[in-house]
Amino acid sequence: MTDTPAPRHIPDRLDKPLNAAIFSWEALLVAVAVAIFAVNSFASPYFLDAWSLSDLTFNFTEKALIALAMALLIISGEIDLSVAAIIALASTIMGMAVQAGAGTPVLVAIGILVGLGCGAFNGLLVTRLGLPSIVVTIGTMSLFRGIAFIVLGDQAYKGYPPSFAFFGQGYVWWVVSFELTLFLVAAVIYWFLLHRTSFGRRVFAIGNNPVAAQFSGVRVGRIKFILFCLTGLMAGIASVLITSRLGSTRPSIAQGYELEVITMVVLGGVSILGGAGSIVGVVLAAFIMGLVTFGLGLLNVPGIVMSIFIGLLLIIVIALPIVWRRLRRERFT
Amino acid sequence: MKVLLKYREVWLLAAIAVLIGLISMRFPGFAAFGNLRQVFNDTSILMILALGQMVVILTRSIDLSMASNLCFTGMVVAMLNAAHPAIPIPLLIVIALLVGLVLGAINGFLVWRLNIPSIVVTLGTLTIYRGATFVISGGAWVNADQMSPDFIGLQRAAFLGIPVLSWIAILVIALFFLLMTRTALGRSIYAIGVNPTASVYAGIDVGRTKFIVFCISGMAAGLCGYLWISRYVIASVEVANGYELNIIAACVIGGISIAGGIGSVGGAVLGSLFLGIISNALPVINISPFWQMAISGSAIILAVVLNARGERRQGRIILKKAETA
Repeated sequence: MTDTPAPRHIPDRLDKPLNAAIFSWEALLVAVAVAIFAVNSFASPYFLDAWSLSDLTFNFTEKALIALAMALLIISGEIDLSVAAIIALASTIMGMAVQAGAGTPVLVAIGILVGLGCGAFNGLLVTRLGLPSIVVTIGTMSLFRGIAFIVLGDQAYKGYPPSFAFFGQGYVWWVVSFELTLFLVAAVIYWFLLHRTSFGRRVFAIGNNPVAAQFSGVRVGRIKFILFCLTGLMAGIASVLITSRLGSTRPSIAQGYELEVITMVVLGGVSILGGAGSIVGVVLAAFIMGLVTFGLGLLNVPGIVMSIFIGLLLIIVIALPIVWRRLRRERFT
Repeated sequence: MKVLLKYREVWLLAAIAVLIGLISMRFPGFAAFGNLRQVFNDTSILMILALGQMVVILTRSIDLSMASNLCFTGMVVAMLNAAHPAIPIPLLIVIALLVGLVLGAINGFLVWRLNIPSIVVTLGTLTIYRGATFVISGGAWVNADQMSPDFIGLQRAAFLGIPVLSWIAILVIALFFLLMTRTALGRSIYAIGVNPTASVYAGIDVGRTKFIVFCISGMAAGLCGYLWISRYVIASVEVANGYELNIIAACVIGGISIAGGIGSVGGAVLGSLFLGIISNALPVINISPFWQMAISGSAIILAVVLNARGERRQGRIILKKAETA
């Protein structure tokens, strides 16, 4: 990126309304999270317990890791529906490696590299051939999971080495799980990348106006390619965590995760149309979804009914600012 | 434009012919009329769903909730049939259409009145409708022996040697063809997809039209709710799980541009047929069904690559919002 000097900063005029919107959004999310937390702690005596709160984090960290990268991708105006299929493929290949007698470091490397490779494949199709990402990733979603089905059929791979279990089941310090620690570290890295680097600025610029970004010297194609690679990479890491937590690989692993990841991102205030969003919002949304599913789980609400609450939460939280703005406008005019 | 559209469908038709030819080399009976009639019948439900999705995609929106709508409506009619076998089937079909319409109207209303992007709305209702299916059924299944013989038998009955299910698909195809080529609404749907801003200046109510297309896709899903349940004779929460992406895939293979404005009834039908032939042929030519996902995934990618040549000019930012008013 030395040859073309890219703009360091988008003018303030563009920044302010965006910032204001994000601030109020995050305040809204915090309020929602506190409310759900309070309801949970009243509803179940088992909720306010260090171990149960720690268990809660296992609910969402795997999906939230992908949501961090997906947030950047959606801000840039693209989307990746194939992340769950990438998890399945990476897990399948890890399973094959286990059959061949691979050790833990090799397994982790395979998981991450397969994820990265799948992401790069998506990125190439979208940027080199100029195809719409929603369609490309619907295709690769079937393709990646299809390969997992071809390899595995209806069997499962087991026999992961004991040391591999640490990634999905281990604790770093007392009740703080490895998964949660990894997620928090990744969240800080992604926050820095999106909000404190010129790369992040360019991601916003592409999402707001790709043509203008291109003309102002942003390498739109390359940045989008990197974003697809990052999303694939995070899916690969998530695959390591899930496979380690479950201790087995099935072709149907992580089915339906892609929509939950996108729900997290959108709930976090990232505009599905691109150009706006923040990592803090996504992290808050991840915790909210974790709280909702875990709290309802303690109350013995079946998973499918929880999804009603997640869906309602998504629509209501998105609709609230719109309704509020409209009501205010009507009062003043 | 018209020439280009025809060009796409001719290509797709040729691809299907080649596909059938290749399969016939391994399994000579495949191209027989009786078998192709069977393939058409098997694909009927996907065709109706793809047509409903098509009108939504043409307006630069997307409906991810169709499979959940189908599941909910199917459960409603199955439970009604199990509880009151006396309700005549035509009335049940009307109920299915109405339930689907209401669910579609909820999507359309949120998109129209609150201006929430359709992908977000239908992502939400996708989980809500399926969850609601669990709530109304209590997680229980409705089995074949609880359904009345008429409920199951109607679509299997043959008329002029062709099953009623196929006739319903043909009727729906004809209706959509009339809608898209002979009505002002059809024109408006294309116009919004091609240029929403210009459509506003041309006097088209973009929001209301979007509301109507979601009602149409909802009705298509509702109709298929009955058809699906009576065909596979089991109603459960798992019905058509994940099928929304098959529907979109059929549209994409059929040359319907996800960026809106480009696509035709023939394309949606042929795209569905293409997927239907693949899923019908694999077991016949002794390929493990586990290959199906990978093959249809490759077909989708291939179709997109081929389709992209004509529409590269506009289709890059697929989620860019239509500038309504």
